[in-house]
Parts: sequence; structure tokens; C-alpha cells
Amino acid sequence: MIACPPRFKFPWMLLGTLILPWVIEGLLGRGWVRILDFALLSVLLAIGLNIVVGYAGLLDLGFIAFFGVGAYAYALLASPQFGVHWPLWAILPTGILVAASFGVALGWPTLGLRGDYLAIVTMGFGEIIRVFLNNLTAPINITNGPQGITMIDALHLGTWSFARPHRLWGIPLPALVGTYYLFLLFVLLALFLSRRLEYSRIGRAWMAIREDEIAAASMGLDTRRLKLLAYALGAAFGGVSGGLFAGFQGFVSPESFTLQESVMILCMVVLGGMGNLRGVVAGALLLAFLPEVLRPLGGWQQHWFHRVLIDPSTLRLLLFGVTLVVLMRWRPEGLLPSRARAREWHTS
Amino acid sequence: MVTFLQQVLNGLTLGCIYALVALGYTLVYGILELINFAHGDLVMIGALVSLSLVRALQDWGAPLPVALAGGLVGAMGVCVLVGVALERLAYRPLRHAPKLAPLITAIGMSMVLEQGSALIWGRGYRSFPDLGLTHSLTLGGVVISPLQGVIVLGSLSLLGGLLWLIQRSALGRAMRATAQNPVAAQLLGVDTERVITLAFVIGAALAAIAGLMVGAYYQVAHYTMGFMLGLKAFTAAVLGGIGNLSGAVLGGILLGLLEALGAGYLGDWTGNLFGSNYKDVFSFATLILVLLFHPSGLLGRHAPEKV
Repeated sequence: MIACPPRFKFPWMLLGTLILPWVIEGLLGRGWVRILDFALLSVLLAIGLNIVVGYAGLLDLGFIAFFGVGAYAYALLASPQFGVHWPLWAILPTGILVAASFGVALGWPTLGLRGDYLAIVTMGFGEIIRVFLNNLTAPINITNGPQGITMIDALHLGTWSFARPHRLWGIPLPALVGTYYLFLLFVLLALFLSRRLEYSRIGRAWMAIREDEIAAASMGLDTRRLKLLAYALGAAFGGVSGGLFAGFQGFVSPESFTLQESVMILCMVVLGGMGNLRGVVAGALLLAFLPEVLRPLGGWQQHWFHRVLIDPSTLRLLLFGVTLVVLMRWRPEGLLPSRARAREWHTS
Repeated sequence: MVTFLQQVLNGLTLGCIYALVALGYTLVYGILELINFAHGDLVMIGALVSLSLVRALQDWGAPLPVALAGGLVGAMGVCVLVGVALERLAYRPLRHAPKLAPLITAIGMSMVLEQGSALIWGRGYRSFPDLGLTHSLTLGGVVISPLQGVIVLGSLSLLGGLLWLIQRSALGRAMRATAQNPVAAQLLGVDTERVITLAFVIGAALAAIAGLMVGAYYQVAHYTMGFMLGLKAFTAAVLGGIGNLSGAVLGGILLGLLEALGAGYLGDWTGNLFGSNYKDVFSFATLILVLLFHPSGLLGRHAPEKV
């Protein structure tokens, strides 16, 4: 049941996303533009995880590890840690390559096994990577342990730095808005690639594997290679997002890459609708802004009960857990489902 | 030699705890072919509940054995309730859904249990009450604490009891039948839903006991402690052959020994470059190696996927 790719309402959507940071800055202030920038990185992550979970139907519970690998790749190649300062266009492909290799290395042992094993192996890797990041300080100091790596070069292309405000044809362009456009470019590219993949031979093969792996294999699909490709591509998206994150934040430490973050990205994909890009983007934006929406709750509790009964970050994580359980029970296809996926959930 | 024996003893203690937790994974997997990601969190809940109860009973003036028994019974009660609720809320409604669905609810429930515990017990480390079992015995240089003795003997007798239950009792026969073919078992009059619930009950009770043991052994409990423990116990279950009870015990003990000896000796050999700070890596590497070279485990049979 493969339709043509639905037509993209290009000009209006694009115009909207182009003026969005200006509107947000005008209405809510500059702090929110920073949050919006981080939200775009989450969108990029969610698009990557969607390839593994949404298209190929395999569960990856340690996706944040690939983000971490990409972030550390950037941090090591563009900071005083080793005294090397590679340009962005050289770091990102390296990060992609490293993250994708990790994806293949993790997926490999589980290829012949049920999908559950991939879930547990990736979940373990998500934790183990932190052990390495925390301890790779001897005999040579690679990761600088729990302190993390600081003074990472800002994102820049040639002499154009994204950490500084610019003036374009007389119009001032704040640094955060410039960064927004850079990230938007990557998100659009990811969306384009993802959509082309979805409707390609490969995408249809993934869908066949997702629906019935044994049937897909009997039809002559090389399921091992296709699954590996899904892991590698998903991880590559994570690597890009991580690299941009490191350059944007200027600092990375192992504490940014926890299981909670992996569950959050999973929640973004599941909430929006596995396999449907529009849903995934909506889910990612929704959950990326959730901490900001919940933040005032702490103050309100203080005001009404004179103490914080449930702090917003705990509440946020609780909500992620409950969302996953409730959605799987009553609306497994997510809020904005893909049609093929919705049919699968309700016929089996 | 003394160091070696000491590490073997420490590994055995750890391994017995892993074995108890691994049994919970393997019981459920054997019947439902489902990895219960939230199982590790049951151990955490067992540890925290028993910690609170033992402390409360001691403050109340109860002697140590009474406080311990109270803590154990309370923890088992809470864990069994949580385990059954887990099965009812998260797994049973999805029994016929695509395989991805119960995996996602499992990770969701795990999150709920962890954050719920963080709400009750806080985000800090909680120290376990001193059980006063510090009179260590020294046998030829090897230091044995009474607690280690209790853990090893206690878990081995529990394992023996469980094996008897599964192999010899009517309930065990029903469980094995359900694991083999649920539809046929149901046709022959086995209440399979009850069997599944019982698998969760037994697993949760064992997790509670393991929680008390691990809390008392390390003298600390924390709301995220179930994660790594669960991962290791799962590795133990896979190492022994998932679905196989004796395999889970064997895998648990082997993994405990590997971790203790690995952490002890690799550190010495590499001048402390690659020592106990990497101990969590050993079990993970074991999992990867087993999956690569012998995914059916030591005692498991190769089970081709059913169409």
C-alpha cells in the first residue's frame, strides 16, 4: 500500500519557519529562541530515531549515545583538548562516520535475533558509553572525565561565526537566529532525505521487515543488510545532531547523555506517530518545549503549599513514562499517524 | 591465592544476587517471550521499601531479626503488588499487539517506577541501616562476613525451592506447559492467565529478596540502582540460556565471578588503568560476546522463531 509522497506545501510552511524566530523573539524574548534552537536539535534526533523505530520497526533504547558520540567527536576535533581545530564541514562527516560505525557495531550482534535484543543492547550501550566517557582519562586524557570538555570552538563556516551577531544588508541578525537558520537547514535536509528514503525501495523494504520479517526474508529481501542500514542511518542523524549540539553549547560532559534523554526522544517519536515525519516533528517540538511549560509549576507549588511537592523535572520524566504506556494502550499509532502504520497497529 | 579465593567469594555473593534477579527475567521470558525492562526497578523498590521498614522497625525498638523479617515481608508484598500491577496495566492489554508495543510500555513503566521512587525516597543515596552482621570470620586469610553467608545460602536454597516447584509441582507443570504452547495448555484446562500472573508474582518476590540483599550488602540504595542491576541480571539470563531456570542460576554465578575477578585482576595487570571503574563494562561485553557467538546461551536450546 504505497502511495506517492504527499505533496509538501512548500512556500507557506517554509515562510512560516523562516519568520518564526523573529516572532518568538518579539513575543517571548531571546531566551526562547535559544530553546527553539535546542528544539531543532531534538527534531533532528527524532527524525533519526524514526528511521530505526518508525520505518524499520526496531527499538533503540540508547539513541542518545549516538548523539553523545557525535558531540564528543566535535568536541575532540575542535577544542584545545588536543589542540586541533577542524572546520565544521570536516567534523560533521567524521562524526557521522563514527556514529554510524557504532550503530553497525551494536546492531551486528543482534541481527539474527528477535528485535528485543537490539533494545537491550542499545540500552546497555547507552549506559556503558558514559562509563567510557567518565574514565578515558588515562593513560592519555581523551575525554577529560566527568568534568567534560570545555572551550569548544563555536559553530562557524569559514570566517562566519554562528556565535556572533551579524548584519545582513543592514538588518541585524542575532547569533541565536543565525544558529536557528543553520539548524533549520539541517532539519530540512534530514526531512528531505528521510522522505526520499521512506518512499524508496529501501523504505518499502523496511516497511516489509517491520510488518513481517520472516515474510520479507522469504521474498528475497536481505533483511540483515537492511536492518544494519537502518541502524547506521539512524545513528548518523544522531551524530550530526550531537556535533551541532557540542558546537552550539561550547561544552560537553557525560551527564548530558542519560537513559532519560533516550526515553525522551523515543517518547517524541511515539507521541507524534511512529513512521510519520509530520508527527515526529510535532512530537519533538511538543516535548522539547515541555520543560519550559512545566517550569512555573515549582513556583506555584511553593506559593500554594509552601514547598515543592513534585519538582518539574521529576514530573516531566513521569509524564514521559505515563505517555508511553497510555499511548501504546489506546493510540499506538500516535497523535499524527501514518496511514500504513495505523492500519498495522489495528489489524494485528 | 588468598586474594583469588577472596575474589571468588565476593563474586559468588554477587552472582547469587544476580541469579535471583535473572530468574525473574527468565521466568517471564520463558512464558511470554517478553523482556520485562521494569524488572530491575522491582529490585530497587524492594531495596528501598525494606530499607525504610527495617529502619522504622529498629527505631520502634524491634530486635534485628524481627526488623529484618518485617522488612523482607513488606518488601515482598509491595514488589508483588507492583509486579502484578505491571502485568495488568502494561503487558496484558498488549498481549496480541505488535512486538514493539510491550517493549515500549515496559520502558515507560520502568520510567514511572524510577521517578515514582524518586518522589517517595528522594534523589539522593539512602544508606541502609546497620544490620550488625559485622563479625567476620577469617578462614585461611579469606574474610567471610555472616551477611555473605546468609546471601549465598539463602539464595541457593531459594533457587533449589524454585527448581523443585517448576520441575515437580502441578503449578510448575502448568507453567512449563504454558511456556511450551499456550494454546494447547489452555485447551487442556490450564488457566494460562493465572500462570502468567504467578510468573510475575514469583519474579517480583525474588526481586524483593534480591533488593534486600543487595541493599544490605552495599549498605546503600538509590532510585536508579535497578537499571544496571537489571541489565546484568538480564545478561546472566542470556548467558545461561534465556527461559532456562538452571541456566539463569549458572549465568548469574558466572557473571558475578567474572566481574569480581575481572575487576580485581585487570586492574592489577594494567596498573589500575582498566580496573574496577570499568566493571560495568565486563557484563556488557559478555552480553555482546554471547549474543555474537552463542545466542542460545550455555544451557538454552536453539529455538527457531515461530511463524
